Amino acid sequence: MEVLQITGGFVSLIGAVFLFLGSLGIVRMPDSYNRIQTGTKATTLGTLMFLIGVGLYNPSWFPKLIVLIFFILFTNPVSSHVLARAAYSIGTELTKLTVVDKLKDSRGEDIDA
Amino acid sequence: MKNLFISVVLLLSVWLLLNASLSPVVIVSGLIVTAIIAIFFSARNPVFKDMKLNPKAIIYFFLYFFVFTFELFKANLDVAKRVISPKLPINPGIVEVRTRLTSKIGRLFLANSITLTPGTLTVDIKNDSLFIHWIDVSSTDIEGATKKIVENFEKYLEVIYG
Amino acid sequence: MADTLFLIAGGIIILSLFVAAIRFFLGPDPVDRVIAFDVLTIISISLIALIAHEAGRGIYLDVAVVYGLLSFLGVIVVAKYLERGL
Repeated sequence: MEVLQITGGFVSLIGAVFLFLGSLGIVRMPDSYNRIQTGTKATTLGTLMFLIGVGLYNPSWFPKLIVLIFFILFTNPVSSHVLARAAYSIGTELTKLTVVDKLKDSRGEDIDA
Repeated sequence: MKNLFISVVLLLSVWLLLNASLSPVVIVSGLIVTAIIAIFFSARNPVFKDMKLNPKAIIYFFLYFFVFTFELFKANLDVAKRVISPKLPINPGIVEVRTRLTSKIGRLFLANSITLTPGTLTVDIKNDSLFIHWIDVSSTDIEGATKKIVENFEKYLEVIYG
Repeated sequence: MADTLFLIAGGIIILSLFVAAIRFFLGPDPVDRVIAFDVLTIISISLIALIAHEAGRGIYLDVAVVYGLLSFLGVIVVAKYLERGL
Protein backbone atom coordinates (compact mmCIF):
# COMPACT_ATOMS: atom_id res chain seq x y z
CA MET A 1 0.00 0.00 0.00
CA GLU A 2 2.75 2.37 1.06
CA VAL A 3 4.75 1.53 -2.07
CA LEU A 4 1.79 2.42 -4.29
CA GLN A 5 1.38 5.80 -2.58
CA ILE A 6 5.05 6.70 -2.90
CA THR A 7 5.02 5.66 -6.57
CA GLY A 8 1.98 7.91 -7.05
CA GLY A 9 3.88 10.77 -5.44
CA PHE A 10 6.86 10.31 -7.75
CA VAL A 11 4.73 10.03 -10.90
CA SER A 12 2.88 13.23 -9.90
CA LEU A 13 6.16 15.01 -9.28
CA ILE A 14 7.45 14.09 -12.75
CA GLY A 15 4.15 15.27 -14.22
CA ALA A 16 4.47 18.58 -12.42
CA VAL A 17 7.98 19.00 -13.82
CA PHE A 18 6.61 18.47 -17.35
CA LEU A 19 3.91 21.07 -16.66
CA PHE A 20 6.62 23.51 -15.64
CA LEU A 21 8.67 22.77 -18.76
CA GLY A 22 5.60 23.36 -20.91
CA SER A 23 4.95 26.76 -19.39
CA LEU A 24 8.65 27.60 -19.64
CA GLY A 25 8.45 26.63 -23.30
CA ILE A 26 5.71 29.12 -24.13
CA VAL A 27 7.83 31.89 -22.61
CA ARG A 28 11.08 30.95 -24.37
CA MET A 29 9.97 29.98 -27.87
CA PRO A 30 10.29 32.62 -30.61
CA ASP A 31 6.98 32.36 -32.52
CA SER A 32 3.36 31.30 -32.02
CA TYR A 33 3.65 27.92 -33.74
CA ASN A 34 6.58 26.78 -31.63
CA ARG A 35 4.73 28.00 -28.55
CA ILE A 36 1.74 25.86 -29.50
CA GLN A 37 4.12 22.93 -29.93
CA THR A 38 5.73 23.11 -26.52
CA GLY A 39 2.84 24.66 -24.67
CA THR A 40 0.00 22.33 -25.39
CA LYS A 41 1.92 19.08 -25.60
CA ALA A 42 4.38 18.96 -22.74
CA THR A 43 1.44 20.03 -20.59
CA THR A 44 -0.68 17.16 -21.94
CA LEU A 45 1.87 14.59 -20.81
CA GLY A 46 2.33 16.47 -17.53
CA THR A 47 -1.39 16.45 -16.78
CA LEU A 48 -1.71 12.78 -17.70
CA MET A 49 1.14 11.79 -15.39
CA PHE A 50 -0.13 13.97 -12.56
CA LEU A 51 -3.63 12.49 -12.79
CA ILE A 52 -2.21 8.94 -12.90
CA GLY A 53 -0.16 9.75 -9.80
CA VAL A 54 -3.24 10.99 -7.95
CA GLY A 55 -5.05 7.85 -9.10
CA LEU A 56 -2.28 5.60 -7.72
CA TYR A 57 -2.62 7.29 -4.34
CA ASN A 58 -6.44 7.02 -4.34
CA PRO A 59 -7.28 3.87 -6.37
CA SER A 60 -11.03 4.36 -5.89
CA TRP A 61 -10.89 7.52 -8.03
CA PHE A 62 -9.51 5.73 -11.05
CA PRO A 63 -12.75 5.49 -13.10
CA LYS A 64 -13.35 9.22 -13.07
CA LEU A 65 -9.67 9.95 -13.70
CA ILE A 66 -9.74 7.66 -16.76
CA VAL A 67 -12.61 9.72 -18.19
CA LEU A 68 -10.63 12.90 -17.53
CA ILE A 69 -7.42 11.46 -19.04
CA PHE A 70 -9.10 10.32 -22.26
CA PHE A 71 -10.96 13.60 -22.54
CA ILE A 72 -7.70 15.56 -22.32
CA LEU A 73 -5.93 13.15 -24.68
CA PHE A 74 -8.58 13.68 -27.38
CA THR A 75 -9.42 17.36 -27.02
CA ASN A 76 -5.95 18.84 -26.53
CA PRO A 77 -4.56 18.06 -29.99
CA VAL A 78 -7.81 19.27 -31.57
CA SER A 79 -7.63 22.63 -29.85
CA SER A 80 -3.95 23.08 -30.69
CA HIS A 81 -4.62 22.18 -34.32
CA VAL A 82 -7.54 24.65 -34.55
CA LEU A 83 -5.37 27.34 -32.96
CA ALA A 84 -2.51 26.69 -35.37
CA ARG A 85 -4.82 26.90 -38.38
CA ALA A 86 -6.39 30.10 -37.09
CA ALA A 87 -2.92 31.54 -36.50
CA TYR A 88 -1.88 30.68 -40.04
CA SER A 89 -4.99 32.07 -41.69
CA ILE A 90 -4.77 35.43 -39.91
CA GLY A 91 -1.18 35.64 -41.08
CA THR A 92 0.79 35.21 -37.88
CA GLU A 93 4.44 35.41 -38.85
CA LEU A 94 6.82 32.50 -38.67
CA THR A 95 10.11 33.08 -36.93
CA LYS A 96 13.22 33.97 -38.92
CA LEU A 97 14.72 30.58 -38.08
CA THR A 98 12.12 28.89 -40.28
CA VAL A 99 13.70 26.82 -43.04
CA VAL A 100 10.71 25.84 -45.21
CA ASP A 101 7.02 26.77 -45.62
CA LYS A 102 5.24 24.38 -47.97
CA LEU A 103 1.78 25.63 -47.00
CA LYS A 104 2.52 29.08 -48.38
CA ASP A 105 3.33 27.65 -51.81
CA SER A 106 0.15 25.58 -51.77
CA ARG A 107 -2.10 28.51 -50.82
CA GLY A 108 -0.37 30.68 -53.40
CA GLU A 109 -1.32 28.19 -56.13
CA ASP A 110 -4.95 28.34 -55.03
CA ILE A 111 -5.06 32.09 -55.50
CA ASP A 112 -3.52 31.88 -58.98
CA ALA A 113 -5.94 29.19 -60.15
CA MET B 1 -26.08 -0.03 -37.47
CA LYS B 2 -22.39 -0.39 -36.64
CA ASN B 3 -22.27 3.36 -36.14
CA LEU B 4 -25.13 3.13 -33.64
CA PHE B 5 -23.56 0.20 -31.81
CA ILE B 6 -20.16 1.86 -31.35
CA SER B 7 -21.82 5.11 -30.24
CA VAL B 8 -23.84 3.28 -27.57
CA VAL B 9 -20.80 1.36 -26.32
CA LEU B 10 -18.69 4.52 -26.09
CA LEU B 11 -21.35 6.58 -24.33
CA LEU B 12 -22.25 3.76 -21.97
CA SER B 13 -18.63 3.20 -20.95
CA VAL B 14 -18.21 6.90 -20.15
CA TRP B 15 -21.43 6.79 -18.11
CA LEU B 16 -20.32 3.70 -16.18
CA LEU B 17 -16.87 5.18 -15.50
CA LEU B 18 -18.39 8.40 -14.22
CA ASN B 19 -20.73 6.48 -11.92
CA ALA B 20 -18.05 3.98 -10.88
CA SER B 21 -20.66 1.35 -10.06
CA LEU B 22 -22.22 -1.67 -11.78
CA SER B 23 -25.60 -1.79 -10.02
CA PRO B 24 -28.58 -2.74 -12.25
CA VAL B 25 -30.26 0.65 -11.84
CA VAL B 26 -27.21 2.48 -13.20
CA ILE B 27 -26.78 0.08 -16.14
CA VAL B 28 -30.44 0.11 -17.19
CA SER B 29 -30.90 3.88 -16.95
CA GLY B 30 -27.59 4.38 -18.75
CA LEU B 31 -28.61 2.04 -21.57
CA ILE B 32 -31.91 3.87 -22.10
CA VAL B 33 -30.36 7.34 -22.15
CA THR B 34 -27.37 6.39 -24.33
CA ALA B 35 -29.64 4.57 -26.79
CA ILE B 36 -31.81 7.68 -27.17
CA ILE B 37 -28.79 9.94 -27.64
CA ALA B 38 -27.16 7.55 -30.12
CA ILE B 39 -30.34 7.20 -32.21
CA PHE B 40 -30.68 10.98 -32.42
CA PHE B 41 -27.10 11.73 -33.34
CA SER B 42 -25.73 8.76 -35.27
CA ALA B 43 -28.13 9.23 -38.19
CA ARG B 44 -26.74 12.70 -38.89
CA ASN B 45 -23.16 11.98 -37.98
CA PRO B 46 -21.79 8.70 -39.35
CA VAL B 47 -18.26 9.05 -37.97
CA PHE B 48 -17.83 5.47 -36.77
CA LYS B 49 -19.15 3.90 -39.96
CA ASP B 50 -15.66 3.23 -41.34
CA MET B 51 -14.35 1.55 -38.22
CA LYS B 52 -13.70 -2.17 -38.57
CA LEU B 53 -14.74 -4.56 -35.84
CA ASN B 54 -12.85 -7.76 -36.68
CA PRO B 55 -10.42 -9.30 -34.14
CA LYS B 56 -7.32 -8.15 -36.04
CA ALA B 57 -8.47 -4.53 -35.91
CA ILE B 58 -9.07 -4.75 -32.16
CA ILE B 59 -5.62 -6.26 -31.54
CA TYR B 60 -4.06 -3.56 -33.70
CA PHE B 61 -5.99 -0.92 -31.76
CA PHE B 62 -4.26 -1.95 -28.54
CA LEU B 63 -0.88 -2.25 -30.29
CA TYR B 64 -1.43 1.24 -31.65
CA PHE B 65 -2.20 2.49 -28.16
CA PHE B 66 1.12 1.19 -26.84
CA VAL B 67 3.12 2.52 -29.80
CA PHE B 68 1.43 5.87 -29.34
CA THR B 69 2.18 6.04 -25.60
CA PHE B 70 5.82 5.17 -26.23
CA GLU B 71 6.12 7.84 -28.93
CA LEU B 72 4.42 10.38 -26.65
CA PHE B 73 7.01 9.86 -23.92
CA LYS B 74 10.02 9.76 -26.24
CA ALA B 75 9.04 12.91 -28.08
CA ASN B 76 8.11 14.82 -24.92
CA LEU B 77 11.56 14.16 -23.50
CA ASP B 78 13.00 15.49 -26.75
CA VAL B 79 11.04 18.75 -26.53
CA ALA B 80 11.85 19.11 -22.83
CA LYS B 81 15.53 18.84 -23.73
CA ARG B 82 15.12 21.61 -26.32
CA VAL B 83 13.30 23.90 -23.89
CA ILE B 84 15.87 23.73 -21.11
CA SER B 85 19.01 23.90 -23.25
CA PRO B 86 20.26 27.51 -23.20
CA LYS B 87 20.83 27.82 -26.97
CA LEU B 88 17.25 26.83 -27.92
CA PRO B 89 18.21 24.39 -30.73
CA ILE B 90 15.17 24.62 -33.01
CA ASN B 91 14.97 24.39 -36.78
CA PRO B 92 11.27 24.91 -37.55
CA GLY B 93 9.34 24.79 -40.80
CA ILE B 94 6.08 23.67 -42.40
CA VAL B 95 6.37 20.49 -44.47
CA GLU B 96 3.86 18.57 -46.57
CA VAL B 97 3.16 14.86 -46.14
CA ARG B 98 0.78 12.49 -47.89
CA THR B 99 -1.49 9.92 -46.30
CA ARG B 100 -3.00 6.72 -47.68
CA LEU B 101 -5.93 6.78 -45.26
CA THR B 102 -9.29 7.52 -46.86
CA SER B 103 -11.83 7.51 -44.02
CA LYS B 104 -12.51 10.69 -42.08
CA ILE B 105 -12.08 9.22 -38.62
CA GLY B 106 -8.83 7.55 -39.67
CA ARG B 107 -7.47 10.92 -40.73
CA LEU B 108 -8.72 12.48 -37.51
CA PHE B 109 -6.79 9.91 -35.49
CA LEU B 110 -3.71 10.36 -37.65
CA ALA B 111 -3.79 14.15 -37.32
CA ASN B 112 -4.35 13.89 -33.57
CA SER B 113 -1.47 11.45 -33.16
CA ILE B 114 0.84 13.65 -35.19
CA THR B 115 -0.16 16.66 -33.13
CA LEU B 116 0.33 14.93 -29.81
CA THR B 117 3.83 13.68 -30.50
CA PRO B 118 5.76 16.89 -29.91
CA GLY B 119 7.90 18.27 -32.63
CA THR B 120 5.06 17.96 -35.12
CA LEU B 121 1.79 19.89 -35.32
CA THR B 122 -0.89 19.51 -37.98
CA VAL B 123 -1.70 22.94 -39.40
CA ASP B 124 -3.99 22.10 -42.33
CA ILE B 125 -5.43 19.21 -44.33
CA LYS B 126 -6.13 19.36 -48.04
CA ASN B 127 -7.24 16.24 -49.90
CA ASP B 128 -4.40 13.76 -49.36
CA SER B 129 -1.91 16.28 -48.00
CA LEU B 130 -1.31 17.16 -44.39
CA PHE B 131 0.66 20.33 -43.70
CA ILE B 132 2.74 19.87 -40.61
CA HIS B 133 4.71 22.35 -38.56
CA TRP B 134 7.90 20.56 -37.61
CA ILE B 135 10.11 21.90 -34.88
CA ASP B 136 13.26 20.23 -36.25
CA VAL B 137 13.04 19.83 -40.02
CA SER B 138 15.33 17.08 -41.25
CA SER B 139 13.93 16.47 -44.75
CA THR B 140 11.94 18.96 -46.79
CA ASP B 141 10.69 16.74 -49.63
CA ILE B 142 7.33 15.01 -49.42
CA GLU B 143 8.57 11.40 -49.44
CA GLY B 144 11.20 11.85 -46.76
CA ALA B 145 8.91 13.75 -44.43
CA THR B 146 6.10 11.23 -44.94
CA LYS B 147 8.42 8.38 -44.05
CA LYS B 148 9.62 10.07 -40.88
CA ILE B 149 6.33 11.41 -39.51
CA VAL B 150 3.40 9.40 -40.81
CA GLU B 151 4.39 5.80 -41.45
CA ASN B 152 4.84 4.70 -37.89
CA PHE B 153 1.18 5.44 -37.11
CA GLU B 154 -0.28 4.75 -40.52
CA LYS B 155 0.48 1.05 -40.60
CA TYR B 156 -1.70 0.53 -37.53
CA LEU B 157 -4.45 2.98 -38.43
CA GLU B 158 -4.79 1.42 -41.86
CA VAL B 159 -5.85 -1.87 -40.32
CA ILE B 160 -8.23 -0.23 -37.82
CA TYR B 161 -9.99 2.29 -40.05
CA GLY B 162 -8.97 1.60 -43.63
CA MET C 1 6.83 10.65 2.28
CA ALA C 2 4.16 10.58 -0.41
CA ASP C 3 2.49 13.66 1.10
CA THR C 4 5.76 15.59 0.87
CA LEU C 5 6.11 14.60 -2.79
CA PHE C 6 2.60 15.86 -3.51
CA LEU C 7 3.35 19.13 -1.73
CA ILE C 8 6.51 19.67 -3.83
CA ALA C 9 4.50 18.85 -6.96
CA GLY C 10 1.91 21.43 -5.91
CA GLY C 11 4.63 24.03 -5.49
CA ILE C 12 5.98 23.34 -8.98
CA ILE C 13 2.45 23.54 -10.44
CA ILE C 14 1.80 26.95 -8.86
CA LEU C 15 5.20 28.18 -10.09
CA SER C 16 4.36 27.08 -13.63
CA LEU C 17 1.04 28.94 -13.40
CA PHE C 18 3.02 32.12 -12.77
CA VAL C 19 5.44 31.40 -15.62
CA ALA C 20 2.55 30.82 -18.05
CA ALA C 21 0.93 34.04 -16.85
CA ILE C 22 4.04 35.93 -18.04
CA ARG C 23 3.25 34.94 -21.64
CA PHE C 24 -0.40 35.80 -21.03
CA PHE C 25 0.54 39.38 -20.15
CA LEU C 26 3.31 39.79 -22.73
CA GLY C 27 1.26 38.73 -25.74
CA PRO C 28 2.07 40.08 -28.31
CA ASP C 29 -0.52 38.47 -30.66
CA PRO C 30 -4.02 37.39 -29.67
CA VAL C 31 -2.98 33.85 -30.61
CA ASP C 32 -0.20 33.92 -28.03
CA ARG C 33 -2.66 34.92 -25.34
CA VAL C 34 -5.03 32.12 -26.30
CA ILE C 35 -2.14 29.64 -26.09
CA ALA C 36 -1.24 30.95 -22.65
CA PHE C 37 -4.90 30.69 -21.63
CA ASP C 38 -5.02 27.09 -22.84
CA VAL C 39 -1.90 26.18 -20.91
CA LEU C 40 -3.24 27.93 -17.79
CA THR C 41 -6.47 25.92 -17.89
CA ILE C 42 -4.65 22.63 -18.43
CA ILE C 43 -2.42 23.38 -15.46
CA SER C 44 -5.51 24.34 -13.45
CA ILE C 45 -7.02 20.90 -14.09
CA SER C 46 -3.98 19.37 -12.39
CA LEU C 47 -4.33 21.88 -9.57
CA ILE C 48 -7.99 20.92 -9.07
CA ALA C 49 -6.98 17.25 -8.95
CA LEU C 50 -4.35 18.14 -6.35
CA ILE C 51 -6.92 20.02 -4.26
CA ALA C 52 -9.27 17.02 -4.49
CA HIS C 53 -6.42 14.84 -3.26
CA GLU C 54 -5.48 17.14 -0.36
CA ALA C 55 -9.11 17.55 0.71
CA GLY C 56 -9.74 13.82 0.24
CA ARG C 57 -12.95 14.43 -1.68
CA GLY C 58 -13.35 12.63 -5.03
CA ILE C 59 -16.37 14.76 -5.90
CA TYR C 60 -14.05 17.68 -6.72
CA LEU C 61 -12.88 15.74 -9.79
CA ASP C 62 -16.25 16.47 -11.41
CA VAL C 63 -15.28 20.13 -11.28
CA ALA C 64 -12.11 19.27 -13.20
CA VAL C 65 -14.09 17.39 -15.87
CA VAL C 66 -16.48 20.31 -16.43
CA TYR C 67 -13.60 22.78 -16.36
CA GLY C 68 -11.74 20.85 -19.04
CA LEU C 69 -14.87 20.78 -21.20
CA LEU C 70 -15.44 24.51 -20.88
CA SER C 71 -11.82 25.43 -21.59
CA PHE C 72 -11.82 23.24 -24.73
CA LEU C 73 -14.98 24.93 -25.99
CA GLY C 74 -13.57 28.34 -25.12
CA VAL C 75 -10.39 27.79 -27.12
CA ILE C 76 -12.32 26.43 -30.12
CA VAL C 77 -14.71 29.39 -30.12
CA VAL C 78 -11.92 31.98 -29.86
CA ALA C 79 -9.95 30.25 -32.65
CA LYS C 80 -13.00 30.21 -34.91
CA TYR C 81 -13.57 33.87 -34.15
CA LEU C 82 -9.98 34.74 -35.03
CA GLU C 83 -10.17 32.76 -38.26
CA ARG C 84 -13.17 34.34 -39.91
CA GLY C 85 -15.45 35.91 -37.34
CA LEU C 86 -18.33 34.06 -35.69
